[in-house]
Formats: sequence, structure tokens, C-alpha cells
Amino acid sequence: MEQLFPILILCLPLLGFLVLGLLGPKMSHKLAGWTGVINMGITMVLAYTVALTFFLGESTITEPIFNYKWLEFYDKLVISIGFLLDPISALLLIVITTISFFVHLYSIGYMHGEKGFQRYYAFLQLFTFSMLGLVVATNIFQMYIFWELVGASSYLLIGFYYTRPSAVSASKKAFIVTRFADLGFLLGILILSYFTGTFNFTDLNNGNLVATQFGGATFMGCSLLTWALVLVFMGGMGKSAMLPLHIWLPDAMEGPTPVSALIHAATMVVAGVYLVARLFPLYLMEEAALMIITVVGAITALYAAIVACTQVDIKRVLAFSTISQIAFMMVSLGVARPEHHEALGYMASMFHLFTHALFKALLFLGAGALIHAVHSNDYTAMGGLRKYMPITHITFLIGCLAIAGIPPFSGFFSKDEILAACYANSPFWGVWMSVVAGLTAFYMFRLYYRIFWWNEPDYGHHKPHESGWVMTLPLILLAAASCVVGFIPFGEYVHFMPEPYHIHIDPVVAVSSVLIAVIAIALATVMYRKENSLPDKFAKASCGLWKAAYNRFYWDELYMFITHKIIFNGVCRPIAWFDRHIIDGTMDGLAWVAQRLSITIRPLQSGSVQAYVYVYLIGALLLGTITAVCIL
Amino acid sequence: MEILYFIVALAIVIFSVLTVTTRKILRSATFLLFTLFAAAIIYFMMDYEFLGGVQIAVYAGGIVVLFVFAILLTSQPGKNSEKLENHRRYWGLIAAVATAGVTGWALVSRCLDLCGGKPEMSQLDMHTLGAHMLSTDHGGMLLPFEAISVLLLACIIGAVVVARKR
Amino acid sequence: MEIKLLCYLIPSLVMFCCGVYGFLTRKNMIAMLISLELMLNAVDINFAVINRYLFPGSLEGMFFTLFAIAIAAAETALAIAIIINLYRVTKNVNVKDVNKLKG
Repeated sequence: MEQLFPILILCLPLLGFLVLGLLGPKMSHKLAGWTGVINMGITMVLAYTVALTFFLGESTITEPIFNYKWLEFYDKLVISIGFLLDPISALLLIVITTISFFVHLYSIGYMHGEKGFQRYYAFLQLFTFSMLGLVVATNIFQMYIFWELVGASSYLLIGFYYTRPSAVSASKKAFIVTRFADLGFLLGILILSYFTGTFNFTDLNNGNLVATQFGGATFMGCSLLTWALVLVFMGGMGKSAMLPLHIWLPDAMEGPTPVSALIHAATMVVAGVYLVARLFPLYLMEEAALMIITVVGAITALYAAIVACTQVDIKRVLAFSTISQIAFMMVSLGVARPEHHEALGYMASMFHLFTHALFKALLFLGAGALIHAVHSNDYTAMGGLRKYMPITHITFLIGCLAIAGIPPFSGFFSKDEILAACYANSPFWGVWMSVVAGLTAFYMFRLYYRIFWWNEPDYGHHKPHESGWVMTLPLILLAAASCVVGFIPFGEYVHFMPEPYHIHIDPVVAVSSVLIAVIAIALATVMYRKENSLPDKFAKASCGLWKAAYNRFYWDELYMFITHKIIFNGVCRPIAWFDRHIIDGTMDGLAWVAQRLSITIRPLQSGSVQAYVYVYLIGALLLGTITAVCIL
Repeated sequence: MEILYFIVALAIVIFSVLTVTTRKILRSATFLLFTLFAAAIIYFMMDYEFLGGVQIAVYAGGIVVLFVFAILLTSQPGKNSEKLENHRRYWGLIAAVATAGVTGWALVSRCLDLCGGKPEMSQLDMHTLGAHMLSTDHGGMLLPFEAISVLLLACIIGAVVVARKR
Repeated sequence: MEIKLLCYLIPSLVMFCCGVYGFLTRKNMIAMLISLELMLNAVDINFAVINRYLFPGSLEGMFFTLFAIAIAAAETALAIAIIINLYRVTKNVNVKDVNKLKG
């Protein structure tokens, strides 16, 4: 019982993947879909049982529930596969299985009649398996394995519509960019484990051990531990789409919308945050690493928020919003210090991860319902939809209010804690993040008004209508959750310091942030509620900023320039030339020589027996002569 | 004895040369037959009566008859084969003489000092011969005997398969 | 006059060289086969004679000759089967026409 449930939690999605992947083509769409949903439902129930037993059971164990020695090379290099249950992994178990279940259910409606329906469900199961494996990893190497697995399943799901060139290139982009980041992660793992001789989180997070093992080794002016931690964080940057490795996430929206909700909003992209949180005691030892995290997170948050204000594609707005919100969590971790409010930022980050997963999944699923209804990703094709899709409208509004940080919705509580943590660290970051929070409210309500108010375009005969219950039920449940989860005394369960943290709302921070959000919402209302020319005027008046933001500050162009112009021309072409002319040329030359030689000596094999006998006779006589001469 | 030897040696040399120089193929086979008879006489002179008998029975009685059949099947008897080109003949002669030279030189230089006549040998009766052939002792020939019996079987089957009309 | 070992080996050498000459010059495959038989017989004689002169106590050379005769018989039978078969295809027994194995 103690060990059975955790094992089942991991095995059921894997089993589902195998069954759906191998037998899927033989199943009907309905059977395959419901198999996936029910399998995920059971997994969710098990995960809830395990997690709630852990949270409510007053247990403080941080030892792995089980740890199987998988690869044992020698006594210092042992790789295990296990199941670590601690507050954050239990939290992530709940988040992943919940969102995954809702996405499974929702996809029955959304993906109805799509080609490759069974394949889609198989990949979803694979993703859930890998993500669960990632969060319960007992050692950093297991985490790395599942880390790559989620990358692979993300690749498969982004490229689900593999006949569409844009989806194929988006999936390749996601894979290559995150793989590039994973190189840093792997190097970090190698440095860490080389010095400490262990992969286990329990040992790694033991500060004294690590400090003595590293013993002040330095490289290029920084301590090696800093290097290791920054390299590990680089892996997190790739997965969590931090600047400058964020470019894959907006393109990843080419995948089916429920996939975006599951992978690219709620679960996989927070893996980077989870990674930093998992190694947080280690990061606390290096001020420089935390500083880098804070700076990267803060810049990303502001950048993504500004870009989100200008995008037309609703999924891209949500994608940039996701980047911004994950950056919030990163900053929150970066500013957390035990001396400030007992490392409030750590708790706040996890809290925001939890609430964000719920309301961002809600927003994405809502966007999916809208796209399903109007068959377009652009909000220019929408408008006035509140009359046609009331459930989607209300739930989307709740999602917007939650992300904007309006009480009593969940986002308010978590964001408030993050801002409090920032202010506690330094007012500079506090003000910075408050501005970003205001921008968040602005772009979300800009999106909301453009979709549901503004001006109604000509929908023609095909009026948009509400989707079926499989799609609206997850929306309603997620909206309900977004309303109430903020009241959970989160600090009691997830806390960095040994004793629980009691959440208390800092009135100054809370009031100011709500005020900023309300002002931003009011501004959005003025600009976007009814069709008017204010946004255009504003765009003109911003002297190029709007255009630059609309083009995402030319990051993709910069990458294109670097890869195509500099790397391809400067590095790859000479290498290709060398390969083609020097290496292949040598081989071709050898082949040419062999061929000429064989053509030259071919007439020797004339097919005439007597010619052969002559040759044989000459040889025999020579041998005979030599023997005779030598002996005599 | 010497007279017999001279006759046999002369016969071997003359008939061998004739075998390879005559232009009528059937005559070639006939001269071969004579050469084989001469070889059989040498075996008799060596007191290997059984070997001489086998030589006559198998070679003269079997193989030459086979040759004659084959010749009659594939060519008109009495017709001369076409004349050899000169270069062909010269090259062949050079090769044969070179062989004779090398081998003969080795032979003469090694065996000239091996003088002494034929040593005495006990009478070789069939019983000794058979016991030798089928014994596994030192000098026994059971294994080659069995191997050759298998080889002959394979040859019979092979010949049948190859020559069968399709 | 005593007949030495060499006296037997010289005629057999002549026989062998005749076989070499014939094998190299004749075009008719049956004639080549006949030359082959000559060579084989020369070797047989050597076996027997050397056995008789140098190792009168043992019989290995004699048996080798015996077996060689058996093998020669088998080989001839097979070769003639092949020649006749080729004759069916090419309508002659010229060795020049049997060069399909060339490179």
C-alpha cells in the first residue's frame, strides 16, 4: 500500500501509452479516448490519495519512498530510479494529474474526428508518465532522463499535425532549443556529481557536504559551484522559456490547444522552476547564481508582458503570458532568502506554480473552445462572443481576473506573496514586478475585451456556439478551482524552513497591487471595450515600440541571423567543404585507385585454363628452383 | 631383366611423346593405352603384381574405354585436328623443357649417389595387402580407403547429375 | 648391369613433361585430359618405384598409387561427363569456347 500507489502512479500512464500506442490503431476513437481518460482518472485518484495522505498525515519524511538501484557502475557512480515524496513533488503530483485529466477529458471533444486521435492520446499518456517521473525523481540523473522524455513527448505533440510545415518546424525548433539548453544542464550535473560523488537530491541539498566537497575550486573567477548551478539553471531556462531561450514556446502553439494547456502552460514549462526549487538549498549557498536567476526572470517577465500586449494570435498572447508568469516564479525563487520572511519567495513560487497551472490551463482550454468555435487563432476573427458562448465567457473572465490578481481569485494570493517576497528582498525588484503585474492585467483584459466585446465580425451563417459538455465541464471545474484555491493555507504545507509559514496578507503590497491591476483593467476597458481608434493611435504614438513588440523584439530574426548567416556560412560551410573534398576526396581517391588497379589486372583472369596453368607452372618452377638451390 | 627394362623405358618415352604429338585424337588415346601398359610392366618389375593388375584393369580397361567413347561421341574419328600455331607449340615446348630441366637437375643432383640395386623384399601376397588396407595400425590404410569410397560415391552421383539429359 | 632408381625416374620424368606439353598445347579438351592422365601416371610410377627402392619394408607408396588410380578413374569419369555436357551446348570440345568464367 505504502509503495504500491506510487508505483502505480508511474506505471499506469506508461501502460496507457503502451496500450494506446500499440493497440490504438485497432481501437475506435471513442474507445481509445475514454481509455485514456479513465486511465488518467485512476492515476489522478491515486495521486490525490498519496499527496493528501502526505500533506494531512503530518509526516515530515523526505527520504525516498523507494529507491531502486538501477545502474551500478562502481560504488561512487550509482544511478537509481525512485519515488521521492516531499511537499513540492506531492504538490506537482496533484497539479499534473489534475490538469492532465482535464485535458484528456477536454480533448475528447476538441480532437473529435481528428486523424491520429489514438496517437494523440498515446502521446498524452507518455507525456504524463514522463512528467510524473520527473517530479518524483530521487536523484538528478533520473530527473535528467525524464527531463529529456518530456522534451521528446513535447516534440511529438507539437508536431502532431505533421503534415503542416509550420508545426514540423515548430517542433524541431522546440526540440533543438531545449536540447541546446539541456547541454548546460548535463554539464551542470556532471560538475555537481563529479565533486560530490552523488546524484541524490538528499545528499546534494546537504550544504555542508557540498561545501566541503567543492572546497573553493574556482574557474574563470567564479567558484565551480556557481558554474554548476548556473549551468543547471540553463537547462531550466530552456524548458521554462526564459530569455534568451524562450523562442520555442510561442511557436509551440502550433500543437493542438489542449496540448498547449497541458505541456506549454501548466506542467512542462514549470519544470525549470521545479528544478531550481528542488536544488534550492544548494542555490542558497551561491548568491551569484540566485542573482542571475532573478535578473533573467525579471527581464523575461517584463519582455514577455510587453510582447503579450501586442500579439494578435490569442494562443500567442497566452504563450507570452505563460513566459511572463513563469518568470514571476523564477524571480520569486531568486529573491527568496531565509532571512527575509523565512524564504517566503520559495513558498510563493510554488504557490504561484499551483494557481497558475489551474488558471492558465483554464485560459488555454477556453481559448481552445473559442478556436474550435470560430476556426481561427486570431482575435480579429472574434468579438462579441459573450452572447454565443456564455460558459466560455464566464470561465475565461474568471481566468483573466485570477491572472490579473483581483481578489478573491487564486492569482491574487500567490502573486501577492511573490510581490511581498520581492519587496522584502529589494524595493527595486518589487517595483519592477509590480509594473509587470500591471501589464499582465492590461494584456489579459485587452485579450478578453477583444474576444468577447469589441465589435462583432460577420460570422455568416455559421454562428459560433457553445461546445459539448466534455469541453465545458473542465472549464467550469477549473474556474471553480481558480476561485477557491487561493484560500488554501498553502504555507502550512509547502515551506522552505522546517516550521510552517503562516500566510498573512501585507496590506500595503496587497492594496497597491490590486490598485495597479484595477487601473490596468480600467485602461484596457477604455481602449478595447468598444471598437475605437484609440489602440491605433496609441500604437502610432509609441514611436516604434509597438512595432518592435509586435515583432517580438526581433529575437527570432536575431537567431536566424546568427544561425544562418554566421554559423552556417562561417562554420558549417567550411566544414562541409572539408568533408566533401578532403575526407570524401581521400576515400574517392582510394576507390579510384582500387578500381583502376582491378581494371588493369582483370585480363589476367582470362577464363583459359591453359593460361592459368602457365602461371601456375612458372610459380611452381620458381619455387622448385629456390628449394633446390637452398638445399643443395 | 635389363633388356625388359630398356624396352619398357623406350616404350614409355616413345609412346608418351606420340600421345601428345599425334594429330588424330583416337590415336592419341591408343598411344596412351600403350604407355599405361608400359607403366603396368614397371609395376610388375617392382614385384607389385596387384598394382600392375589394377593398372591394367582400371586404366586400360576402364579409363581408356571411357576416353574412346567420349571421343567417338564428340568428334569424327580419322579427322585430323587443326594444326597448332607455332607460338603455341614453342611456348609449350619451353614450359615442358623448363620443367624437365628443373626437375631433372634436382633429380640428378640428389639421386645420382643413390646407387645400389633393387633391395630384397618379401613376397607380397593378397592377404598381407588386404590386411594392410583395412588395418588401423601404423601403416594401415583404413581411413584413406573409407575416404576414397565416399569420394567415389560422390563422383558417381556427380557424373550422373552432370551428364543427365535435361 | 644394375638398374638404379634413377633409371626408372628418368622415363617417368619424360612422361610427365610430355603431359605438361600436351596439356598446354592441345585445344581439344579430351586430349588435354589424356595429357593429364600421362602426368598422373608418371607420378604413380615414381611412388611405386621409390617405395620399392628406398623403403622396401613398407607399402605406403604402393597404396598411394592404388588410391591415385582410383581417384584418377573417378576424376576422368566426371571430367568426361562435364565435357559431354559442354559438347551438347557448344557443339565442340574446344577449350577456347569454355571461358565464361573470365573476369
